[in-house]
Amino acid sequence: MAVLVDESTRLAVAGITGREGTFHTLNNRSYGTDVVGGVTPGKGGQDVDGIPVFDSWEQAMAEVQPNTAMIFVPPRFAADSILEAAAAGVELVIAITEGIPAHDELRVYNTIKREHPGTRLIGPNCPGILSPGKANVGIIPASFFKAGNVGVVSRSGTLTYQIGNEIAQAGFGCSTIVGIGGDPVPGSSFVDVLELFEADEETELVVLSGEIGGSAEEEAAEHIAEHMTKPVVAYIAGFTAPAGKQMGHAGAIVSGSAGTAAAKAQALEAKGVRVGRTPTEAAAIAVEVLGGAALAAS
Amino acid sequence: MDLLEYQGKQLFARHGLRVSQGLPVTTVEDAVTAAAEVGYPVVVKAQVLIGGRGKAGGVKLAADETEVREHAGNILGMDIKGHTVRTLWIEHASDIASEYYASVLLDRSAKKPLVMFSVEGGVDIEEVAEKTPEKLIRRHVDPLAGLSRAEAVEIASDGGVDADVIEGVADALVALYEVWLQEDATLTEINPLIVTPQREVKALDSKVSLDDNALYRHPDHQSLSDSENEDPIERRAKQEGVQYVKLDGDIGILGNGAGLVMSTLDVVAQAGGSPANFLDAGGGSNAEKIEQAVDLLLANDAVKAVLFNIFGGITRCDEVAQGLIAAFEQIKPSVPFVVRLDGTNDVEGRRLLQEAELPNVYAAKTMNEAAEKVVALAAGQSVGAPA
Repeated sequence: MAVLVDESTRLAVAGITGREGTFHTLNNRSYGTDVVGGVTPGKGGQDVDGIPVFDSWEQAMAEVQPNTAMIFVPPRFAADSILEAAAAGVELVIAITEGIPAHDELRVYNTIKREHPGTRLIGPNCPGILSPGKANVGIIPASFFKAGNVGVVSRSGTLTYQIGNEIAQAGFGCSTIVGIGGDPVPGSSFVDVLELFEADEETELVVLSGEIGGSAEEEAAEHIAEHMTKPVVAYIAGFTAPAGKQMGHAGAIVSGSAGTAAAKAQALEAKGVRVGRTPTEAAAIAVEVLGGAALAAS
Repeated sequence: MDLLEYQGKQLFARHGLRVSQGLPVTTVEDAVTAAAEVGYPVVVKAQVLIGGRGKAGGVKLAADETEVREHAGNILGMDIKGHTVRTLWIEHASDIASEYYASVLLDRSAKKPLVMFSVEGGVDIEEVAEKTPEKLIRRHVDPLAGLSRAEAVEIASDGGVDADVIEGVADALVALYEVWLQEDATLTEINPLIVTPQREVKALDSKVSLDDNALYRHPDHQSLSDSENEDPIERRAKQEGVQYVKLDGDIGILGNGAGLVMSTLDVVAQAGGSPANFLDAGGGSNAEKIEQAVDLLLANDAVKAVLFNIFGGITRCDEVAQGLIAAFEQIKPSVPFVVRLDGTNDVEGRRLLQEAELPNVYAAKTMNEAAEKVVALAAGQSVGAPA
């Protein structure tokens, strides 16, 4: 098992005809992901390396029945594409697009909750989801990860690769790596993904990688204390970030005294979650909990 | 993007919120002219993006021209917590019967807009929330429906405002929500929202944060950025589309991916160093992009050493190394660089760097090793032979 994406994934991609969209779609297909179609308004009837392109999500659903959507369209079109995929009945929508206005994200989040409760949104502004050996949807470089029993959930892409790579070098693999994204209104939270990992037979430990801004890590801490039987190891980035400055991600900002890395680390530690002070230390703790020999500073 | 008080008030007025008549000025002479136009008495207010202006002496009442000259002269150029006052807002002074607080913000936890209101205005609202939470009304709004007038009336009424201004306060709340919604704001705040002896409800101050991601649908917002008070390197980075934040230290940091760069700052700080900046070079690896980023980073004179931290995913380390070598030939940096290349094609990347024999460039395999080396170099210590 794994969570969210696996051999049963039938992927269709909005923005498949764009440069980035084509590159990553074909990358995902060569990993073994079943890519059944693409959506680009006005380009229906064309194909991308044999993958049929449709004008709308409704058509794609009628013709090839995708159960997973990847959104690769520019920010100003992304909200509508996500909602269109949800309205067509796609169960999992993974939005890679960075730079979507926060108000659009609010509208998308609340519309999905109310009108399309059968759809789960991951992202936006995320690297996607990888279940090693099964399926890769997004831009996560699969070569660093092998199949195993560590679940990873993170607000940052490169930081995930950093931690995942160190765990892999210690000989451990991952069940699924889920990037929930760095925006202020993510479609899925740490808590949503922790629930999935708790229910997943394959996952034995979860690595949670958070950062400054918002209170998703504090909410995760509460959830872990009350609902998780599996160990969770955390890492938080942004201890040196000054208040009021956005650190790259739209959601990575300390507002006044709220959303600091120190407060998040404290909240997690107060609930018994071990927090690594560096990515290397977080990986080492995970390896130690799994019973492996910690590698010397890899 | 945060707005100055007067810019926020201009947006307020556009959406029907009542504000006092005023004019923005940048010289003493213009302040005198503006005061005559809005009518005495006036308030001379420093326009800076930082709280505590009043306590710092940046807000003064003036009854006549002599006083306007005196106050404008004193406040222009004043330093308020590191912000230089370049603009004044000259506003007709208001008589105040009551001071309230009102705001609309994006509640990231509930994923809904949150309206907050209190009759305890004109003071630090975090203090009100802590000491007398019952006096702070918090009401979530359905973002698909918006704030209805009935809801606004209920908030004003629950907040305990005088009965004769419930309607006026409700109007102000609805207008404040419209500003938040239509201008793509993440925060709109009025503190204080005043009631005059004539029972008018007016915004006496404003705090507005706009969503940078929504700038494309508000071309008029572009001109609102406080570019004069912005750090010049940050301003240049914004123009070049690079994610850069200036910090106080002396170690320049450059990496790929926001999370990894934030983490790099932390690891450098833990190693005893002090980061000079946050710079996310993004996914690209071509020489031009790296050259641009290195150039930005070195524009800060405080930088004594640089840490270049790359974990290559889709980005290939050999391409990054080639980009670095080409960039170094152009820029010829005078400070030492520690380059950590890990991930896709890292061995090849490190070999290229070594063969290029760049002076003053030191290789590192891990983040921790790189941090220790760069901290030592910034302190003027030796860390062995370059590359």
